[in-house]
Amino acid sequence: MRLLASMLLQGLPFQPDQASTIAPSVDHLYFFITVVTLFFSALIFSIIFYFMIKYRRRSPDERPQAIEGSLPLEILWTAIPTVIVAVIFVWSSSLYFRNSEAPLGSMEIFVTGKQWMWKAEHPEGQREINELHVPLGRQVKLTMTSEDVIHDFFVPAFRVKKDVLPGRYTSLWFEATKLGTFHLFCAQYCGAFHAGMIGSVIVMQPDEYEDWLAGGVPGAQAESMEVAGGRLFEQAGCATCHLQDGTGQGPSLLGMYGHLVHLSNGQTVAADDAYVRESILNPTTKIVNGYKPVMPSFQGQLSEEQILDLLAYLQTLGKVQGKQPEEGKK
Amino acid sequence: MSTATQQPRVGTPRNYLNADYGWRSWLFTLDHKRIALLYMVSITFFFIIGGLFAVFMRIHLVEPQGALVQPETYNKLFTLHGVVMIFFFLIPSIPAVLGNFLVPLMCGARDLAFPRLNLLSWYIYVVGGLFTLYAAIAGGVDTGWTFYTPYSSTYSNTQVTAVAVGVFITGFSSILTGLNFIVTIHKMRAPGLTWFRMPLFLWAMYATSIIMTLGTPVLAITVFLLALEHLFHVGIFSPALGGDPLLFQHLFWFYSHPAVYIMILPSMGVVSEIIACFARKRIFGYKVVCFSSVAIAVLGFLVWGHHMFVTGQSVYAGLIFSLLSFLVAIPSAIKVFNWTSTLYKGSISYEAPMLYALGFIGLFTMGGLTGMFLASLATDVHLNGTYFIVAHFHYIMVGGAVMGYLGGIHFWWPKISGRKYPNGWAALAAAIIFIGFNLTFFPQFILGYLGMPRRYAFYPAEFQVLNVMSSAGATVLGVGYLIPLIYLIWSMRYGPIAEPNPWGAKGLEWQTASPPPTENFSEIPVVTEEAYAYSAEEEAQRV
Repeated sequence: MRLLASMLLQGLPFQPDQASTIAPSVDHLYFFITVVTLFFSALIFSIIFYFMIKYRRRSPDERPQAIEGSLPLEILWTAIPTVIVAVIFVWSSSLYFRNSEAPLGSMEIFVTGKQWMWKAEHPEGQREINELHVPLGRQVKLTMTSEDVIHDFFVPAFRVKKDVLPGRYTSLWFEATKLGTFHLFCAQYCGAFHAGMIGSVIVMQPDEYEDWLAGGVPGAQAESMEVAGGRLFEQAGCATCHLQDGTGQGPSLLGMYGHLVHLSNGQTVAADDAYVRESILNPTTKIVNGYKPVMPSFQGQLSEEQILDLLAYLQTLGKVQGKQPEEGKK
Repeated sequence: MSTATQQPRVGTPRNYLNADYGWRSWLFTLDHKRIALLYMVSITFFFIIGGLFAVFMRIHLVEPQGALVQPETYNKLFTLHGVVMIFFFLIPSIPAVLGNFLVPLMCGARDLAFPRLNLLSWYIYVVGGLFTLYAAIAGGVDTGWTFYTPYSSTYSNTQVTAVAVGVFITGFSSILTGLNFIVTIHKMRAPGLTWFRMPLFLWAMYATSIIMTLGTPVLAITVFLLALEHLFHVGIFSPALGGDPLLFQHLFWFYSHPAVYIMILPSMGVVSEIIACFARKRIFGYKVVCFSSVAIAVLGFLVWGHHMFVTGQSVYAGLIFSLLSFLVAIPSAIKVFNWTSTLYKGSISYEAPMLYALGFIGLFTMGGLTGMFLASLATDVHLNGTYFIVAHFHYIMVGGAVMGYLGGIHFWWPKISGRKYPNGWAALAAAIIFIGFNLTFFPQFILGYLGMPRRYAFYPAEFQVLNVMSSAGATVLGVGYLIPLIYLIWSMRYGPIAEPNPWGAKGLEWQTASPPPTENFSEIPVVTEEAYAYSAEEEAQRV
């Protein structure tokens, strides 16, 4: 009874919070498909009910006339659904396509999923578990990977969802439009406590977010990801071969990240997160032209978070030299 | 009903049921009708088991923190519910029971093309089922019926291998049944029964058989590789072993999406038969309905990627799979329009099978239309992995497929058992199932849109109201399913004796006795008319 009362008092919620820039556009499409669904259900059900009553059997030996079918009608009711689904397809696909890549200049946060928690690391080094603090009104790109099985990062209020895969990076982006705390769910079944792999996304005013970044860790100041990555670059021995002047056993990594790399098999690949990750874990798969496949694999020696730190460091190295050739051309 | 006799009449004609007695006469039978009954008993057993798992799940979800079991147990419940219902009930339901019984009768043949193979396929099914039951008793399995890797292959320490072997074995039963039907329909049709004189149920069985023979081997390979990785750590799917985590999903859905059509196409065939009979009309646009079955079967193989829109697959792959998924909606819509038009100027009566068929159209229409939300990329991103998916596929696979199966059982029951069931009870059950079904699953559409993920053993309190509504509806639905079980069993002994053609239906199966003799027809019939020749002129021509 109490349940029923609270249900009546609050009214049944029929729409989740709209807290990101894409949420309203997804809802508009959702609303449109709902209208189409209701219209056609109502149409078909009323026709069926009308026929059921009008053409009910009146005498046991009634024999209706045979009707073969009608080509014009078949064409009509093939064409109408085709047009409707074409409209939905174009609308939906363009919306999806527009939102599939994070806008340039998005701030980047790294997320690691593991049974059964979400770990996030901000570029400034702030780390958190089962919470994700983000600033209001800024485009945020999440780069995500998993330490074990497939998870799925789902924030209903933002209408975003993306699988989080082991051994691979996936990403999603959003721009929060509403302050508050929103559900973060794992939406891909991942084992015993899948239902407990939930957290909150906390949307803050940008200045509060800055304060939070600066003051979150008690005691020591957090080490930024690129600094941690740089330290790791020395500790793990990367720096021994990847000399910055290009005289080492391995190629210099200045200006590598984010640019094209020529391989020994004649192919050219873009040095993105996936390529760098592969080169760390399976170094012999893609060899840079002019170098020998001598690098050992770091599989099992670096955690996913350490690899993300290295990526952050290599990104800064990529920017250092990345500018020089352009300036040279000028 | 004063003519009802409660005891077999003296001198009951010999039929397939009284031709022989004793367990050997059943377990070694080569008669397609008896094998159909073996299947009916086995799938009913699995339906009850699978249903019980669902009962426990719905009780558990009444409270946000979970009312009944530990999360590990809940995970096993939904996994076994899915595995049992899909592989051991839905896929064999109409093909193996009604198809086995009716394909030879509708073709005017004395049996299927390969009777021994037919019996073998039942034994294979039973062995596969026993493996799965063993897995359930020996600790269960907790991967979800989708067995996603690398969770299933590397991380789950439940009975993954036993279930994979069970599903692998059962797949061969499906392949053999499909093969048998294809050959029978090609080679054993009675004289005069041309392709376009075939009842739509045969067309549906034909389309289904194609999917079974072409799709199931892929499933067999997939679960075989899964077991290989689970047992011997061969790196196929797990990135830690050098595998590809998404490869499994591609292989799995390449079969498991068409499998949805293995479940729904047969129901469409059943519903076409019932509507034609109770409206006394030829199915409107007969050929269009034939070809739409085949179109669904073919297109069904090209849409698997719509299960993977949020996996990070390429945006362009997503666009193509979305487009193809929308295309498969069109033949389904055409069928609904044609069934509706069949009622136009018909002579409609409302015996129980017709109520099930109309219920099917209602639930299938809802299920089909809500599929648009999921074929559409931008909305699928939000709805994927939530209760919206659960609601959608239950509308198709339970609302649609089970309604169709029950409609078919009620339609052909007099032929199968030689007895009639109480029509009032059957109509009541149809109404209770329809209402209970909607109460159970409609709230789940809203739950999904609000963001509640599926496969959660406990959930935030704000979702409780809708979950309680769903569980309450499931109670009604459960009662609805129990009623036919009772009166159908009752009717086998106490029901009034059925005449050969109690509904005044067309089709060769109604031209022989109820129940049919072992050899089906004393003389092979010759077909001289189109399917569904219900009209007065056609009636006159025949005389």
